[in-house]
Amino acid sequence: MIRITKRDGISSLLSVAIRVIAVIAALILCLIITFLFTGRDPLRVLSEMVGGSFGTSKRMWEFLQRTMILSCIAVGLAPAFKMHFWNVGAEGQMLMGGLGALILMKFCWVIPSLPLLILMALLAILFGAVWGMIPGFFKAKWNANETLFTLMMNYIAIQIVLYFCTIWEGTVGTVKIGIVNGEAGAPSYHKGWIGEMFTGNFNDKDFMWLVLIVLLVVVAMWAYLRYTKQGYEISVVGDSVNTAKYAGIRVNKVYVRSMAISGGVCGFAGFLAVSAVSRTLTDLTADGRGFTAIIIAWLAHTNPYLMLVFAALYTFMELAGKQMASAFQLNDYYSKILTGIVLFFVLGCEFFTNYKVHISKKHKGGAAK
Amino acid sequence: MAQTNAIELRHITKRFGQKVIANDDISLDLRKGEILALLGENGSGKTTLMNMLGGIYFPDEGQIFVDGEEVTIRSPKDSFRYGIGMIHQHFKLVDVFTAAENIVLGLEGEKGRLDKNSIRRTVREIAERYGFDIDPDQKVYDMSVSQKQTVEIVKVLYRGANTLILDEPTAVLTPQETDKLFAVMRNMKKDGKAIIIITHKLHEVLDVSDRVAVLRKGKYIGDVETATATQQSLTDMMVGRAVALNIDRPKAEKCVDRLIVNNLTVLDKEGVKKLDKVSFTAMGGEILGIAGVAGSGQKELLEAIAGLQPEEEGSEIRYISPEGKEMSLIGMDPLDIINSGILLSFVPEDRFGAGLVGSMPIVDNIKLRTYRDRKGILADRAKAQELADRIVLDLEVVTPNTNVIPIRRLSGGNVQKVLVGREISSSPTVLMTAYAVRGLDINTSYMIYNLLTEQKMKGAAVIYVGEDLDVLLELCDRILVLCGGQVSGIVDAASATKEEIGLLMTQFRREDKA
Repeated sequence: MIRITKRDGISSLLSVAIRVIAVIAALILCLIITFLFTGRDPLRVLSEMVGGSFGTSKRMWEFLQRTMILSCIAVGLAPAFKMHFWNVGAEGQMLMGGLGALILMKFCWVIPSLPLLILMALLAILFGAVWGMIPGFFKAKWNANETLFTLMMNYIAIQIVLYFCTIWEGTVGTVKIGIVNGEAGAPSYHKGWIGEMFTGNFNDKDFMWLVLIVLLVVVAMWAYLRYTKQGYEISVVGDSVNTAKYAGIRVNKVYVRSMAISGGVCGFAGFLAVSAVSRTLTDLTADGRGFTAIIIAWLAHTNPYLMLVFAALYTFMELAGKQMASAFQLNDYYSKILTGIVLFFVLGCEFFTNYKVHISKKHKGGAAK
Repeated sequence: MAQTNAIELRHITKRFGQKVIANDDISLDLRKGEILALLGENGSGKTTLMNMLGGIYFPDEGQIFVDGEEVTIRSPKDSFRYGIGMIHQHFKLVDVFTAAENIVLGLEGEKGRLDKNSIRRTVREIAERYGFDIDPDQKVYDMSVSQKQTVEIVKVLYRGANTLILDEPTAVLTPQETDKLFAVMRNMKKDGKAIIIITHKLHEVLDVSDRVAVLRKGKYIGDVETATATQQSLTDMMVGRAVALNIDRPKAEKCVDRLIVNNLTVLDKEGVKKLDKVSFTAMGGEILGIAGVAGSGQKELLEAIAGLQPEEEGSEIRYISPEGKEMSLIGMDPLDIINSGILLSFVPEDRFGAGLVGSMPIVDNIKLRTYRDRKGILADRAKAQELADRIVLDLEVVTPNTNVIPIRRLSGGNVQKVLVGREISSSPTVLMTAYAVRGLDINTSYMIYNLLTEQKMKGAAVIYVGEDLDVLLELCDRILVLCGGQVSGIVDAASATKEEIGLLMTQFRREDKA
């Protein structure tokens, strides 16, 4: 008979061990499935998986770049999730931030490089913050359900971006703006591109700035949540709204303020995606990463450092899947299957960190008759 | 050989998690036609043990016999089948149904028909036989707590229960209602029913039971015939050593008006009056007790003063500081009160819901009051740590550490010590407590009483909302009685009697107002 009991607590060593085992088990299952479907040598499959992220220097930068953008969004969700405010609107907040950045990049490129980048970042943060504050305000004022509200805001943001794509490109139905400031020789060349102002010309290593900036954001968010008065208020509100009120915390203000921060950081991620990676804006700039970040933030228990780890794992699986798909002529969905397997194991292992399973052959006690 | 026992428990063990043993090898007999009081401090495992008879929990080890036959109880349904009826602390009734409808709820009638007349007849028969006061057609939402309890008891009798388990039935009753319940229990006993009553009010145990079984920390300590027991002997068994049962009440002196409440009216979200023109004065240097049946407006009263409830027009709450400065608290929220320098402390009824953050360790819970003390954007931590260490030391809080383990994991007594310790640490001028000793063991309760008295002697206006009338009479200087949101009387604790307060709790005496 199998009995399940709740754990009283778990040592951090065991909790890490359970997660590592889950990841390894997931990878083994991925190898087995790949072997069954393609008949390839598992070791070669494994090497392709690793190669997807670390095979070449270009791939490695790709891996880092993707990890960092994803981490930045997840970190943006941290203050909202910590106060149990289910912000599922990172996608829209990021797009709005990207829009803010792109407006300046496209129309105000005459501003000198550094001020231009700073202004772009600020406008992106402002756009994202407003997009986050709207549901925060409605929650505070009328207790509107934040999950539905933030979700719907995503679709509004997507439509707004599509609208500007259309009018800026001049043809109805265009969903993509061409690379902005990419015309060699023009005075606007490389304006508003992170990297450009430091190295003068663009190459993969410019992602270094992206990595450094996001690491800074991670540390700042960690310190904000842990050491500041506002961070403390967020934790109290997250655990018990009534206790917060009792202690003189104005809960409505915390909702709006924290959602401004949450949306602002997601907007900043939009700025990074536009300025450091794509140099353009489409409705796919966020590409579902606003939703993926929810999983990352949740897995990391709103700890910004762990978000880096989980974002890296997720990106690794994504690239591994892509690599295998191309190496073994599988279609693109294959990477999604593999990512799904890993997520399933990592999420599933939460059960084992909370509960203990006892398996005994016979049932002792008063049942026998 | 004597007749068989109604219920026999043999070597029952129940664990929760790896560390908590709620019941450890308990063997217990319940004879037919007796009232057995199951006595023990909170957390001693009384309710867990009874829940295994009620089919809520399943024992890890041990056997249960009903009428001499070994049985397996896997669900409340099994429990009913063996004639065991359990009346829980929290009633499980459908508000919009009548008493009769609730009583038959879940029973299979004949061929899907609901013969209301025959149900009513049976309910009346049961009521007459045992002396219940019940109207089968009354809707539950119209009932008082004691009437709801009656429905619960009739419900199990209707289903043919021979053994009744009452889990702290008197906690929500006035002394008069308690007497009525006990009369009914004696009638059931005469009829041959076996009854287990869980309570920790000793005088009730002595009053109603035939035999007392005592649990302590999950272990069975023993049983005694009630006739040979005294309050002191039972307490000693419960606690495991001799305990002094006196509250020291130094005379209130140098009393000054501190909090003047006038015509305080509070509505709840639905617009129902929770407090109706409440007027009183709380004085610095005394403990003002507040008595009343649960839900008579105690919570709203304290919350209105603390700034957590909006007051209606015409309400007046004035605070007079020790320096003689007067200000109105109307319209202030808790932050306004803090910012205006009023040292108002509040130990709320729902500790985790409204006074502590369960997932945070002790230090972070202390921070709730101190985190603003540092200038700038960073929260204070050093001061909270220092205060946490002092509270743990002074109040003998048992905890592995102050900065890692979530406070929710500590026992109720230790949690309450931290809460009370934090609230008195600011040397409050007004200290409000709601059910400050609920769920605490005897030692901790007395420690809290002493802390409150200490605050009173320091000149704080202490407001003590309590449920145990004996304690209210011993601890407080004056007692304000609430009934249905109105003040039905303010009595001098030294001269008042329990009966007097009990009457005030249930009926509003209009002639006093004239």
